[in-house]
Amino acid sequence: MSTTGATTGATTAPAVEIRGVSKTFTVRRGAVVALEAIDLTVAPGEFVSLIGPSGCGKSTLLRIIADLLTPTSGTVEVGGKTAQRARLDQDYGFTFQQAGLLDWRTVRTNVELPLELHGVDRATRKARALELLELVGLFDFAGHRPPQLSGGMQQRVAIARALAERPTLLLMDEPFGALDEMTRERMQAELVRIARETSAAVVFVTHSIPEAVFLSDRVVVMSPRPGRIAEIIPVDLGDRTEDTREAPHFYATITRVREALRGRTVPDAGALEADIRADVAADSNTADTNAARGAL
Amino acid sequence: MTAARRWGVRWLARAGLVVVGLLVLAGVWEAYKSFGPAAGVTVLGATILPRTTDAAMPHLSSVGRAFSAPEVGGAITFGPTTSVLDSVVDACLHTLRWAAVGFVIGVVVGLLLALLMDRLVVAERALLPYVVLSQTVPLIALAPLVTRWGQGSSIGSLQWQPWMSVAVIAAYLAFFPVAVGMVRGLKSATAVHLDWFRCSAAGWWRTLLLLKLPSSLPYLVPSLRLAAAAAVVGTIVAEISTGLEGGIGRLIITYAQQATGDPSRTYAAVLGAAVLGLAAAAVVSLADVALWRYTRGGEA
Ligand SMILES: Nc1ncnc2c1ncn2[C@@H]1O[C@H](COP(=O)(O)OP(=O)(O)OP(=O)(O)O)[C@@H](O)[C@H]1O
Ligand SMILES: [Mg+2]
Repeated sequence: MSTTGATTGATTAPAVEIRGVSKTFTVRRGAVVALEAIDLTVAPGEFVSLIGPSGCGKSTLLRIIADLLTPTSGTVEVGGKTAQRARLDQDYGFTFQQAGLLDWRTVRTNVELPLELHGVDRATRKARALELLELVGLFDFAGHRPPQLSGGMQQRVAIARALAERPTLLLMDEPFGALDEMTRERMQAELVRIARETSAAVVFVTHSIPEAVFLSDRVVVMSPRPGRIAEIIPVDLGDRTEDTREAPHFYATITRVREALRGRTVPDAGALEADIRADVAADSNTADTNAARGAL
Repeated sequence: MTAARRWGVRWLARAGLVVVGLLVLAGVWEAYKSFGPAAGVTVLGATILPRTTDAAMPHLSSVGRAFSAPEVGGAITFGPTTSVLDSVVDACLHTLRWAAVGFVIGVVVGLLLALLMDRLVVAERALLPYVVLSQTVPLIALAPLVTRWGQGSSIGSLQWQPWMSVAVIAAYLAFFPVAVGMVRGLKSATAVHLDWFRCSAAGWWRTLLLLKLPSSLPYLVPSLRLAAAAAVVGTIVAEISTGLEGGIGRLIITYAQQATGDPSRTYAAVLGAAVLGLAAAAVVSLADVALWRYTRGGEA
């Protein structure tokens, strides 16, 4: 924890730098190429989403960054250090698809756990945990046990826990998959705010195109078998507000991501946007959002 | 509060069931004694139900009376004991003490073995078959060996006592359920939790303390209960086979040898041994209470 501030302050090393990473799993019958020739650089404070069909290696890539898996070839650096060094230095926070809370601890002591693991004193721990629970809107549930919470609430606790050590990098694997649409949008807005406030870089795996577009500075579209980066789509939406979800450029970017997922590229986003501006005027509803999800 | 109350009700219900079970058993005993054939029930020459004579099956009331009967002096003398009840209680307490020592040793050894097997896959492959094999060695054969090994040896300035052999044999039985149960328990932490601890750069010790041990608790409690029962049984059998005086196992034998006409005393001692087993299980259940408070989140 102590090295975190020094590293980010002193250098402008990218939050994540992936060079030529491949991952092959050896299974009983031969080998599965999960990732092939992945190159990706995430700048400090940048929000990057990974999107792609099921099985294209998104989780695998995230786990390689987190040093839970070692790549078959290629190198990964996190904040200018090896992935392993970064893991040992606690430079990143991680949330999984399942919340993964400890049922025998209260919500508060779950959030405290990373601090407890690294020898932070009791009072500081408690104050920090309550502050984080406030942030994710679960202050009143500090004394509950995780099984007494809904799936979405548990996921928010997991996010609070991932933030406990003020990481410079957040790795999130479909954290909002279990949430209802309203909570999901609220959590997205919260996450954007949290990422901005903590100036943490985020690598975010999702299956939802609107979610990826709303959250990210860049959307990385992946294709399966073997997992590759098909296209990296920049998102230029400025500060995210609730109005962002209604903006024509939001829809234009969604369409671009969807086309990339279908294996087609749309070279000119400007022309597309003009088209959509007309469309939206014609029928202003959220059909596009739904269609985007349906496309997956 | 409500959770605690629900828990209390559950335990009362459980205790009630135990009482009902005992009453049913007593009823069956007396009913068979009254209405069963005096020669017992034999099928194809094999006796499957006992004879109902007073010598084979005394009335429960006479077993009860046997407790208050004065001890026949000479055969066994436990200091100032005067009645059979005193002898039985005194013997049970001795046995309980030895069983407790055996239990503690067994639990510690079982836990250490489980930890070793969890830490090293090699250790699990190498040890687990022998752990299982260890329980197939007949206790009766083992007892004289342990006694022989113990004789004359000393731990520091402490001379080896005969009761220590008994405790070692009890431990030999008690370690098994703990080792086997905890190996599974320590492996019961889910992949997500293990990944999270790895991401948090938690070492082996922290992961053990904060993740593996807590998630193994549901496996620990039944293991401890089995270990307690095994320790008591092991102690009684070991007392008999090593010829150690003073415990309930030895008392049962002594009464059986005395009781040419009246077996009530033997039954009184056997009853004492049964109560002893129940008491041991109850003590472990107290541990369950503490652990339940700790893990109740998982049950909701
Ligand atoms: N431990 C493993 N052993 C063997 N194959 C694996 C392993 N983990 C992943 N794979 C394979 O690697 C590929 C990518 O898996 P991964 O979990 O990264 O996909 P994903 O993009 O996260 O999918 P989803 O969107 O469904 O979560 C899959 O084909 C999967 O079968
Ligand atoms: Mg995945």
